[in-house]
Amino acid sequence: MELFSADDLQAILLTLKLATVVTCVLIIIGTPLAWWLVNTQSRWKSFVSALVALPLVLPPSVIGFYLLLAMAPDGPIGRFTTHLGLGTLAFTFPGLVLASVVYSLPFVVQPIHNAIDALGKRPLEVAATLRAGPWDTFFNVVLPLAAPGFITAAVLGFAHTVGEFGVVLMIGGNIPGVTRVVSVQIYDHVEALDYGRAHMLSLTMIIFSLLVLAALYSIGKPSAHKLNRY
Amino acid sequence: MRVVPLAIFVFALGLATVCHAATVRVAVASNFSGPMKKITQEFEASSPHKVVLTFGSSGKFYAQIRSGAPFDVFYSADEQKPTRLASDHLAEAKSQFCYAVGVLALWSAKRPQVELNERSLSNTTFSKLAIANPRLAPYGAAAVDVIKNLGLWERLQKSLVQGENITQTFQFVQSGNADLGFVALSQLHLQPEPSTDTYWIVPDSLHTPIRQDAILLKRGLDNPAAAALLEFTKSAKARSIIENFGYRTPGPH
Repeated sequence: MELFSADDLQAILLTLKLATVVTCVLIIIGTPLAWWLVNTQSRWKSFVSALVALPLVLPPSVIGFYLLLAMAPDGPIGRFTTHLGLGTLAFTFPGLVLASVVYSLPFVVQPIHNAIDALGKRPLEVAATLRAGPWDTFFNVVLPLAAPGFITAAVLGFAHTVGEFGVVLMIGGNIPGVTRVVSVQIYDHVEALDYGRAHMLSLTMIIFSLLVLAALYSIGKPSAHKLNRY
Repeated sequence: MRVVPLAIFVFALGLATVCHAATVRVAVASNFSGPMKKITQEFEASSPHKVVLTFGSSGKFYAQIRSGAPFDVFYSADEQKPTRLASDHLAEAKSQFCYAVGVLALWSAKRPQVELNERSLSNTTFSKLAIANPRLAPYGAAAVDVIKNLGLWERLQKSLVQGENITQTFQFVQSGNADLGFVALSQLHLQPEPSTDTYWIVPDSLHTPIRQDAILLKRGLDNPAAAALLEFTKSAKARSIIENFGYRTPGPH
């Protein structure tokens, strides 16, 4: 038996593609969100923080179930995307991206939040006295200082999306090359009693996760002990 | 030290009850949960035995039973897994029987005014057709049979979305994310008010039968309640319950 079947390989590639896209999206929207959460005095702060953290405690089946309803033609997301001429998102790759972004959000926002928070006001004040503009400050002061936090965020967001199962199951429709990711493929193998193939893919996942986490813990002590919060 | 005789008495009492009434632990395919609850109710009313039901996917039960899960009886969603358990020497081959035959229905939650029939798949415009995963679910395999037998396989390839099981397939259609779907008639029977014009009952001639088999597991061999429950499932009373839930029953045993 070859290591992976063509279907398995397709699922692996799709999973890596999904995780890459989701990580990029999450860094882009997670950074301003984390920044806002650190600096805001708004009374909505705790509510928004709770909202961001919600996927940590909700079962994926709950998120998947409501996303399925929301993406339906008469659901709020479905109506919006149909209005934009995109059709509905269930059973599509963009639909999976949206769902994974929701699902992996806290894994990206919280490390960035912690990293920015740990900097304190001091470097920003110093930068301001040196007449650095806000963008200048962000890219040349905040980003380098908080880099381990960003790396942690990206790695966790990526790894968590790779491991996603429940949400994809609910809205994916198991279409090869479009929505059939590795975790779903493993489920298929197990349910079909094809334990050999299930083992191959599962062991790959275990080794991958182990390597990712080992790399993460070796990034540096500060981010490593922050990881303990998850 | 007066506690000791009391304990012995309580123990003996417990033992006596066990001899008369036993408890049977049953693994049941999720799709059969409705009728199984009703059957259990009737069974417990007419016998001293107790039934503990666990619902789940047949594939998972197979794996659990192989790992020593404490089930006495297994009601599978197919005939393949009980057969395999028997050849694994984890179940009694002689006890295997078909308890229900699934009925496939083509259903739309969106257009209740349109009557669905054999021509719906070729005439109606729709973007997504939901079926259960044909590799895992007998209802999915049957749906593929139907599509192939109607000569629409090539044409519908792009429209297919698969639920991992028949329950998820049902959700895809119910939420409106899929326009049409092949579901189990039993699921439509569980709806508050099934009306006949929203679904089409697919004739048996278009697909291989969806046989669901039950089997007595190794663990249940000496359990009188296990044998009694299996026997009860074959009774006229149980069969009428099963049929009321939208399944057919095989010829008399």
